Amino acid sequence: MNVAVDNPALEIHDLTISYNRRPVLWDVDLTIPEGAIVGVIGPNGAGKTTLIKAVMGLVPAGSGYVQIYGRPLDEVRERISYVPQRESVDWDFPASARDVVLMGRYGKLGLFRRPRRADRDKADECLHRVGIEHLGDRQISQLSGGQQQRVFLARALAQDADFYIMDEPFTGVDAATEAAIVEILRGMRARGRTILAVHHDLQSALDYFDWVVLLNMRLVASGPADKVFTAELLQKTYGGKLTLLSKVGNLLQKEEFPTRET
Amino acid sequence: MNDFWIILIGVLVAATCGLLGSYLILRRMAMVGDAIAHAVLPGIVIAFMISESRDSIPMLLGAAAVGLLTTFLIETLHRRGMLQIDASIGLTYTSLFALGVILASAFAGDVDLDLDCILYGEIALAPLYTLDIGGVDMGPRAVWIVGGALILVLSFIFLGYKELYITTFDPAYAAIIGVSVSLWHYLLMGAVSLTTVAAFESVGAILVVAFLIAPPAAAYLLTDNFKHMLLLTVLLGSLAVVGGYYLAAWLDASIAGAMALCMGLVFCAAFGLYRRRLHIASKSLTDQQLAARG
Ligand SMILES: Nc1ncnc2c1ncn2[C@@H]1O[C@H](COP(=O)(O)OP(=O)(O)OP(=O)(O)O)[C@@H](O)[C@H]1O
Ligand SMILES: [Mg+2]
Repeated sequence: MNVAVDNPALEIHDLTISYNRRPVLWDVDLTIPEGAIVGVIGPNGAGKTTLIKAVMGLVPAGSGYVQIYGRPLDEVRERISYVPQRESVDWDFPASARDVVLMGRYGKLGLFRRPRRADRDKADECLHRVGIEHLGDRQISQLSGGQQQRVFLARALAQDADFYIMDEPFTGVDAATEAAIVEILRGMRARGRTILAVHHDLQSALDYFDWVVLLNMRLVASGPADKVFTAELLQKTYGGKLTLLSKVGNLLQKEEFPTRET
Repeated sequence: MNDFWIILIGVLVAATCGLLGSYLILRRMAMVGDAIAHAVLPGIVIAFMISESRDSIPMLLGAAAVGLLTTFLIETLHRRGMLQIDASIGLTYTSLFALGVILASAFAGDVDLDLDCILYGEIALAPLYTLDIGGVDMGPRAVWIVGGALILVLSFIFLGYKELYITTFDPAYAAIIGVSVSLWHYLLMGAVSLTTVAAFESVGAILVVAFLIAPPAAAYLLTDNFKHMLLLTVLLGSLAVVGGYYLAAWLDASIAGAMALCMGLVFCAAFGLYRRRLHIASKSLTDQQLAARG
């Protein structure tokens, strides 16, 4: 299933990506609506991280193209933000939480200009929005994993972008932080922002996402979450991994799917 | 007066190298600094052979070019050649260094270039080579050269502060927001190459490495704030220079060597302080836990 939308926030057209001539993503073709929280779901090694890196232009496309708001990436860079996986940076770096959040303002400042009062205020406001305003001066290695994830989120918020890309924002955070992050994402959606997040937990996926992209080297499905979340499509995505599949089966039965539109 | 000049040159070298070294340490690229410091040797020798003088401008340019070439080779072997980064560094700089040694020894008879001087420097003699403009003595040449490098590095860091900071901390994010990671990488490496050449006459190519790495490594242990780290690096480096100078005078030993030794001592002291701080922090934590329990 591949549901197409008009005026998509993101359009991926016939995208193939290879590492060292070995393709890891084949012919991915999809559109994503504006103002949605979108989950990218698939097994380990399915190419989820590769897909979002390609969207951000961090890995070159073998063929095909990506457009965001109908434009090539370079024309809309200002409108795009990224929340990397927490392990992707060195947390022993000499920086405070506020320093990291301030980086969200660098793109708008441009070359040679230093952050000003307004930028600092914006950083503090974003720290407040993610609920760690009291930790602004704390060195980043002295934050818990969940707090570090919030710092990254605050940095993305400080950028005031329209399209947010997140790699596993819920990995390694506790239930309270997860709920807080989901709340923030919903607030962003209410303001018309689009969020594309890689996600692993099938149980919560239905609850969090409006739109789901199922991926396993090829596109398995892209469409509204409740339409895509079928045993058949999940089986196709996770094919062969039986224990997991039976779990998913249980899950679908237990929730008497699809009863979500209440 | 000589004392003053030697210490001034040392402080200028320590400040220039330390500032750049701070970035190298945080980028986990201390070895690349080491590699460049060695690999510029053929650049120095070739520039020397072509210009047939110790005139510094061609040398600076030649060595900066070789420094960038080193950086490029390391990157290419690592990315394209699938070589581990440490193997790629080791392969690149030993080859270039060997080339430099061969050139220097083969042509040493023809030109007045002393390998020992390149490798270990002659800071004691540096005040003797003065800069002469229209018959006016402008003071030691090394002060002008290293001072110029320091001004260049200071303006580089001042103007590119944000970009250097963000490409060091989170290159992927920097790329997303439109900061060119490779541009800043090569600018930084270019600055390291220039600095190495500017400094080699006084402290020697090998000891430049001590100046690049020890002070920032010590400063890194003492603070969590990057701007403080830059300041502390300069302070600690200068301290080691002054200490090293008097140690050398006392022992009648190599000045640059004594300075490098003092860098090592400064690092040990910083490490001691760091352990102490850790100890106090963990102690106050357990105190808190005890208090919370009781
Ligand atoms: N830099 C790289 N060089 C070569 N191959 C890579 C590289 N990065 C990823 N791959 C390969 O590409 C495939 C997809 O990797 P990717 O990281 O996109 O998967 P993923 O879906 O994000 O997995 P996970 O759930 O484990 O994060 C994997 O087979 C991986 O081995
Ligand atoms: Mg991944």
